[in-house]
Amino acid sequence: MSKFRYIFIGFMLTFLSSWVGLVLMPVWGLGNFEQTPDPATGEMIPPKLSSLEKEGRDVYIANGCVYCHSQQVHPARVRTDIARGWGVRRTVARDYMNQEVAQMGTMRTGPDLSNIGVRNPSETWHYLHLYNPQITSKGSNMPPFTFLFETKKKDPENPAKDALNLPEGFGPGADYEVTPSHEMRALVAYLQSLKLSAYEIPEAPAARIESLAE
Amino acid sequence: MNPEKDQQHDPEAIEKSRQQRLEIDLAARWPVGIFIGSSIFWLLLGSALAIAASIKLHDPAFLAENPWLTFGRVRPAHLNIVAYGWLSTAGIGIGLWILSRLCRAPIRDNRSLTLAAALWNMGNAVGTWGILRGDSTAVEWLEYPTYAAPFLLVSFAFVMLESVGLIRRRPPGHIYISQWYIMAAFFWFPSLYFTAHGLLVLAPVQAPAQPPINWWFAHNALGLWFTPIGLGAAYYLIPKIIGRPIHSYYLSVIGFWSLAFFYAWNGMHHLIGGPFPAWLITASVVASIMMFIPVITVAINHHFTMVGHFKKTIYSPTLRFVVFGAMCYTLASFQGSTMAIRSLNGITHFTHYTIAHAHLGAYGFATMVFFGSIYYIMPRLLEREWPSRFLIRIHFWSCAIGFIAYFIFLSWGGILQGIEMNQKETPFLEIVALTMPYLKLRTVAGSLMTLGHLAFAVSFCWMIISHRASTGEPTLFSKRIPNPDPIS
Repeated sequence: MSKFRYIFIGFMLTFLSSWVGLVLMPVWGLGNFEQTPDPATGEMIPPKLSSLEKEGRDVYIANGCVYCHSQQVHPARVRTDIARGWGVRRTVARDYMNQEVAQMGTMRTGPDLSNIGVRNPSETWHYLHLYNPQITSKGSNMPPFTFLFETKKKDPENPAKDALNLPEGFGPGADYEVTPSHEMRALVAYLQSLKLSAYEIPEAPAARIESLAE
Repeated sequence: MNPEKDQQHDPEAIEKSRQQRLEIDLAARWPVGIFIGSSIFWLLLGSALAIAASIKLHDPAFLAENPWLTFGRVRPAHLNIVAYGWLSTAGIGIGLWILSRLCRAPIRDNRSLTLAAALWNMGNAVGTWGILRGDSTAVEWLEYPTYAAPFLLVSFAFVMLESVGLIRRRPPGHIYISQWYIMAAFFWFPSLYFTAHGLLVLAPVQAPAQPPINWWFAHNALGLWFTPIGLGAAYYLIPKIIGRPIHSYYLSVIGFWSLAFFYAWNGMHHLIGGPFPAWLITASVVASIMMFIPVITVAINHHFTMVGHFKKTIYSPTLRFVVFGAMCYTLASFQGSTMAIRSLNGITHFTHYTIAHAHLGAYGFATMVFFGSIYYIMPRLLEREWPSRFLIRIHFWSCAIGFIAYFIFLSWGGILQGIEMNQKETPFLEIVALTMPYLKLRTVAGSLMTLGHLAFAVSFCWMIISHRASTGEPTLFSKRIPNPDPIS
């Protein structure tokens, strides 16, 4: 056993080095952020998620939105994120502190969602898009999320106020009405809350970052 | 160098060594057999989910009505099933058997290992069910919900205990490089899983610190778990089959230590450009480039050992799969190092190119080496031969051609996607349209790979249920044996 003992200690030490460098150091350096007052409005930023937005985040997680949509705006000198309008500045670590579960993503089969709450604030658009992406974005390969909507026989006397206004060729037909489920409402509330780099934060003022990009 | 060398021509010693091998294989029959057999079930399920996910990317309405089968659940279910159901389950079985053979010690407690196999499979079943019903954690490579983790960790504790027992019971003398790799893997994996599951799922740290831990884990699941088992198996099987020692013992040691150190530091190259300190990313970019050292040493060792013996891949299924895998390891590692270079990463990050690369490592290398290992191990465990060379041929060619096609199509589509994404004038939906033909071709290639897996599964089941005793003749690709060299 004597010789193997040294090999064992050796390979556990190399492992430990990466554990210190890539686990412990990030926890120390990136795990203790605090909110800061917005110099313009005095509100604390980044904002906290409401309980409905948290429910929506859980729907986002359960249905794996992260496998196609990132939530990180990269600096303009590297990528076209800012030119595409995905954010006015890059996202920085503190922007994520209230997200609880990081959904930064590693794939862009679909566009980045860091600031979707600013880019597309229309609730109706999101409902139509999530009911069937072909309605709003023809040619998209995003799946429809019909299972997060409720389909009921329409009562002509008392139609639902929040029924989707589906275009011809989509939906179950004129006799039925489609309304968003509670989960869908929460999801859209969460999407509308996504304004990860839509405010100024001391470590990344938009103007300074933009000038760096020149 | 080799303590057995002097005894090579002593008939008594040869017979004793043969008896010892029989004893070892008999003790391993149940636990190793269950690990390997159940891994093939997960391989098939993982393949079915892979094809479903692949079709969904070019035909989004496919199976979209049922929440259990939405893309965002099927994709992580595929990944976790092939990572923990197929590769890890097969890897534990293969690792234990090779360790037992090299330690010249039979597995002692095969009841606890059989329990470990049962727990491991339960963990996978519960985890997969959890993802599909909507309990996925959405932490890449760690999507199994918390209630699946105890099954996996307790199971692994038994595996670790037995592996330590084997090392302790080995006769004094040389420790072969495969033993280093397998023992290291058996300790690295639970340390990785315990840390990452704890800090990301069980008691999550603040969100900004999560992605580094996530990618430290995910990259090391390949680098410090599948890779060392795969390399350990290749280091064991290539010399065994062609009947000559590895090219250089010293290089294998350099390869081990440089892999242990540099691979562990690789993961942050998945976060290039993201909201993290520059030093963190740079450390991983440097470590990724340094991976050339272990990869070149291993490549020299594997490929130079093979020089002059390549024609044996015509006959030996094990050798053909393992050599294919070893070549993919070299390619995957070189490619991985280049992908960490910031300028190239600027194109490939966030695209299908990364998915193709992941499959070059996890499929082209690890899966193919594991197939080869299973072709070698099962006849020895069961004292039976593989029933059909035709099925093995179908298995190899479907997987090899299917995989090469998969890799080329998806890499090509990924490069186009990356280039266009960096053109701010190209509308996003045009990029989606551009990748469509490649995503369709990927479904075709993936189906071909799955056909190979089906041939493998049929072959395996046929071998289990047939009561034909070994004829002493291994099932080779061709009946003609070129020379009396030991071949299997």
